[in-house]
Amino acid sequence: MTTTIPITPPTGSRVRLDRRYLPVVGTFVVLALMLIIGGTRYENFLTPAVISNLFINNAHLIVLAVGMTFVILTGGIDLSVGAVLALSAVVCAALFQAGWPAAVVIPVAVLAGTVIGLAHGVMIHVFGVQPFVATLAGMFFARGLCFLIAPESIAINEGSFVALAGWSAPLGGFRVTSSVLIALAIVAVGFVSLHYTRFGRTVYAIGGGEQSALLMGLPVARTKVLAYVVSGTCAGLGGLLFAMFSRSGYALTGVAMELDAIAAVVIGGTLLTGGTGFVLGSVLGVLVLGLIQTIITFEGTLSSWWTRIVIGILLLVFVVLQRVLTYRRT
Amino acid sequence: MTTQTPPGPTTAVDTPVVELTGITVEFPAVRALDGVDFRLRAGEIHALMGENGAGKSTLIKALTGVHPIASGSVRVGGEEMRFSGPGDARAHGISTVYQEINLCENLTVAENIMLGAEPRRAGAIGWAAMRRQASAHLRRMGLDLDPASSLGSHSLAIQQLVAICRATVGECRVLILDEPTSSLDADEVERLFRVMRGLRDEGVAILFVSHFIDQVYAVSDRMTVLRNGRLVGEYRTAELPANDLVAHMIGRSMDVLEAVERVHEHTERDAAAPPLLQVVGLGRKGSVRPFDLDLYEGEVVGLAGLLGSGRTEVARLLTGADRPDAGYANLRGRRTRLRSPRAAMDHGIVYTSEDRKGEGVVEGLTVRDNIVLALQAGRGWMRPLPRRQVDELVSRYIDQLGIRPADPDALLRNLSGGNQQKVLLARWLATAPKLLVLDEPTRGIDVGAKAEIQKLVADLAADGMSVVFISAELEEVLRLSHRIAVMRDRQMVAEIDADGATMDEVVALIAGGGGQKDASQKDVAV
Amino acid sequence: MSKLLRHHLFWPLTALVVLLAANALARPGFLSIGLRDGHLVGAPVEILRTSAPLLLIALGMTLVIATRGIDLSVGAVVAVSGAVALSHIASSPDPTSPTTAFTAVGIALALCLVLGVWNGFLVSVLGIQPIIATLILMTAGRGVAMLITGGMITTVTSPPYKSLGSGFTLGLPTAAVIAFGVFALVALVVRRTALGMLLEATGINPAASRLSGVRSRTLTWTVYAASGLFAGVAGVLISADTMAADANNAGLFIELDAILAVVIGGTALSGGKFNLSGTLVGVLVIATLERTVTVLGISPLVTPLFMALVVIAVTLLQSPAMRARLTAATRRRPPAPPADGAAPALQADAPTETEVKA
Repeated sequence: MTTTIPITPPTGSRVRLDRRYLPVVGTFVVLALMLIIGGTRYENFLTPAVISNLFINNAHLIVLAVGMTFVILTGGIDLSVGAVLALSAVVCAALFQAGWPAAVVIPVAVLAGTVIGLAHGVMIHVFGVQPFVATLAGMFFARGLCFLIAPESIAINEGSFVALAGWSAPLGGFRVTSSVLIALAIVAVGFVSLHYTRFGRTVYAIGGGEQSALLMGLPVARTKVLAYVVSGTCAGLGGLLFAMFSRSGYALTGVAMELDAIAAVVIGGTLLTGGTGFVLGSVLGVLVLGLIQTIITFEGTLSSWWTRIVIGILLLVFVVLQRVLTYRRT
Repeated sequence: MTTQTPPGPTTAVDTPVVELTGITVEFPAVRALDGVDFRLRAGEIHALMGENGAGKSTLIKALTGVHPIASGSVRVGGEEMRFSGPGDARAHGISTVYQEINLCENLTVAENIMLGAEPRRAGAIGWAAMRRQASAHLRRMGLDLDPASSLGSHSLAIQQLVAICRATVGECRVLILDEPTSSLDADEVERLFRVMRGLRDEGVAILFVSHFIDQVYAVSDRMTVLRNGRLVGEYRTAELPANDLVAHMIGRSMDVLEAVERVHEHTERDAAAPPLLQVVGLGRKGSVRPFDLDLYEGEVVGLAGLLGSGRTEVARLLTGADRPDAGYANLRGRRTRLRSPRAAMDHGIVYTSEDRKGEGVVEGLTVRDNIVLALQAGRGWMRPLPRRQVDELVSRYIDQLGIRPADPDALLRNLSGGNQQKVLLARWLATAPKLLVLDEPTRGIDVGAKAEIQKLVADLAADGMSVVFISAELEEVLRLSHRIAVMRDRQMVAEIDADGATMDEVVALIAGGGGQKDASQKDVAV
Repeated sequence: MSKLLRHHLFWPLTALVVLLAANALARPGFLSIGLRDGHLVGAPVEILRTSAPLLLIALGMTLVIATRGIDLSVGAVVAVSGAVALSHIASSPDPTSPTTAFTAVGIALALCLVLGVWNGFLVSVLGIQPIIATLILMTAGRGVAMLITGGMITTVTSPPYKSLGSGFTLGLPTAAVIAFGVFALVALVVRRTALGMLLEATGINPAASRLSGVRSRTLTWTVYAASGLFAGVAGVLISADTMAADANNAGLFIELDAILAVVIGGTALSGGKFNLSGTLVGVLVIATLERTVTVLGISPLVTPLFMALVVIAVTLLQSPAMRARLTAATRRRPPAPPADGAAPALQADAPTETEVKA
């Protein structure tokens, strides 16, 4: 074949390429707007201290959102992450109380999440249970275990752990704690694996069309299960970070936190139907949620429950926006 | 539009790349392929022709190891082989590209081509290298696409070419294209053919399944025709006239056809009566070109045409299942909007879908509930049908249509396909419609039941119902219809009186005469 | 015998019987019902009373699930309902009058109906996935409830209102009478009219239902509205029981208990056929379980874990893999051959005429 057939890109290709990024751009705009409004309205809003606290207070949610992104990209969902976070924190506290060394406790606590994630993956892929149902069962299970292990809050006093939790270092004017570093590391790992590994691209492919991915010969079964393992592990890690934050393990932590994670992921531009979304977008989503809380604190007169209402409204806006975008595509 | 090409270059080797001999594939109740022979040579484009149920996809699936072969042999490159699945076949150089683009629109072109064989450095994907390699593969096929663009940003035609490109990565001896042109317009089809010819000239053997007669004549070197699971014959394209091809596909031998008795002791409709439904310029972009049709009470109108010619699309527009974007309808002289199945049903127009499983069977409900579903829906939820009336209605239809098992409480999922179809028919008959549009009502039904249904249709028309009857089997259509509307390439091309019409005539209309360049008919762009 | 075993109510009822028996063994006289002050008393009566709100929520949830949906917002709606009702009473000139109580209930129910209509709009008109659509209200709803109560737990004194939660009618707890009454009414409507069948058809095969003239959109909208309304009634009962509106904790986790009750009762979460009597048994099982835990001296901490195991067991039994194995075992006829266009496990469908639409 000697002659090539040039395919002139469709005239709207520029616009079409942007469309994938549109929701994330939207999130970024919202975030920027909030920062600007906050900065002009309140004194001491755009200070390094405030920004640092934004990350410090939400480090655990960032990790949860990263894990949730993987699962939602495959078109599934994980309702258990809040309960698994609590479980991991509780396991951590209980084991420390029993005198185990930190070098063992920390991996075990995270592993609790990994194992539950694996169980989800098996239920969903092997048994064909819907992700909603399987992870709901997982949530019940994890929460139940929490109550069993720690009917009351257990404080963590183990030396090395407390030292790790309290470690912080200045970075420019900002303050960075160990939990923030861990969270950012997880974000980096998530980013690299989604964009530079076959596993990550298969995650996207499954979201784009599981049948297609199968026919393309991609390792769909393995990847699907792994996505839930990732989410579970992230929940375990999140529990660890939360334990560092609160210096305790309490069975009632993380209630409804999975919904915050889902909200962050949706606001961050990931479609619930799967196949589209970015881990960085989810991080932006967490920051947006955290910023709402910060603004309300600064506002002072506004009651804190406005947080829930504003989050609900924001969620509605993004969901409708996504619906409009996908509708036009079909 | 499409141009005729001379047969492939003489570099086509005569020993077949793929040789299937005496292939028989059996399913529990039916023999899908019966002793079929098939030969595919390197460097040729070979068309596989046949109507719905002929066994085309079964043959392909048997070759690629999806369906187990009961008897017969498969030889690839002279060697006896059995593939364990499409992956195995792919590894041996046999790739299949289906009509549904089985790629991921949310990924880039490069990923769709290379994923699974992408270049990696220490576990991480080398994007630049992947884009380069993808470009190289695309250029080999004569395509110049931006590998970093998302697949979804391109038209379906381009996506299909990318799918073909993926199939040719690595060693590819045989490329199977299953209905590749159904969603393409004229220019896109031409582009696809250029790519196909290019691959053929490189020595790839291409198996091309299609029901578009013109295209098959334009691009293929040879063709194999299947009917009812059996081989009809293998022909050189240049040596088989279109009429004969169509006759091979859908008719029995011509002599038998002439002798077919027409169950035409139907009462002629009152010629002076106005039409029940008059449709003018009704059409829908991407579905079927605008058409006119008059339907009268007491008359059966058959829609004839090949798979993909637009018969179902017409049916759906007539019954509100799809919304038209051109034209209008007059019901008894009054302008009527058929904007939903419910609206059409309220006017007495009903539709049995040919997708029995997806759009007909409510498998978790009983036979009784399935039969009264439409009738009940029409009454609204607040006015349930009295139990006695339901029982009487249900047992009447069970008897009349011979539904087995004759148990109103049986779950529909436990009935055979044929009986499910009868239940669906009963559902619509129960609403006492004025116009009944039947789409492939006898598909998958045994001979005895077929005859029953055909008689039923004739009786209904005799009692004054207007019927539109769609079937892939031309004898049926000829036997039952008063008039026949012929569809070709998403367009209604002719309307003839069934009385006095011969199979020959109808076949000729359907075939459209391969090779004739009638400008008005050639534009397949819908 | 096998027919008895396969009856859909068999296992839930068995569980209930076992639980009641365990209770009776641990505490003799558990099952005894007496008469006092003109009304019935006894543990079983208490169970009926405490299960009332859950019954209402599970009722709505069953209908929503039948249409292949889910309603996560019911807990928030419960909180809103109590907040609105009690705030109205607290701010009215005559808190103890029956009229005030009456209007309070009316306003609460009207608002909750609107919330349900809102959910229905998002799902049936905008086509948003039910999980996320009801998640929005779940998130924002508690905030709204907090707004109404001003962030405090509103307490009022209103004997007429209180009687809804802890009073007695015709010798039975009022709450139970209301809840079971609504349940009976809905069950009657669903089974005596065609509503049940049309809902099931919509859930089993939406496309076929649409072609058959079923008004799926209206039906879907209606069940979400009903779910909201019933949650409103539940919210009234809960706030009447405690005479406090706690926006944070009212109805916490009740959606999960409701989903659990529905699942125990045999309605599949994938939609389609639903089973109101099963839901009723499921609710009683959960209520009795909570009671059993206290009676037997089992730490209440074990309950969630136990519930979890039940959920896991039930979901695995309901899973397609299990069902395939069970039907393969019981089916006598071989499965029908795939039509020529049908897909094998992996491959895409060969085209049928309907797929050829450009």
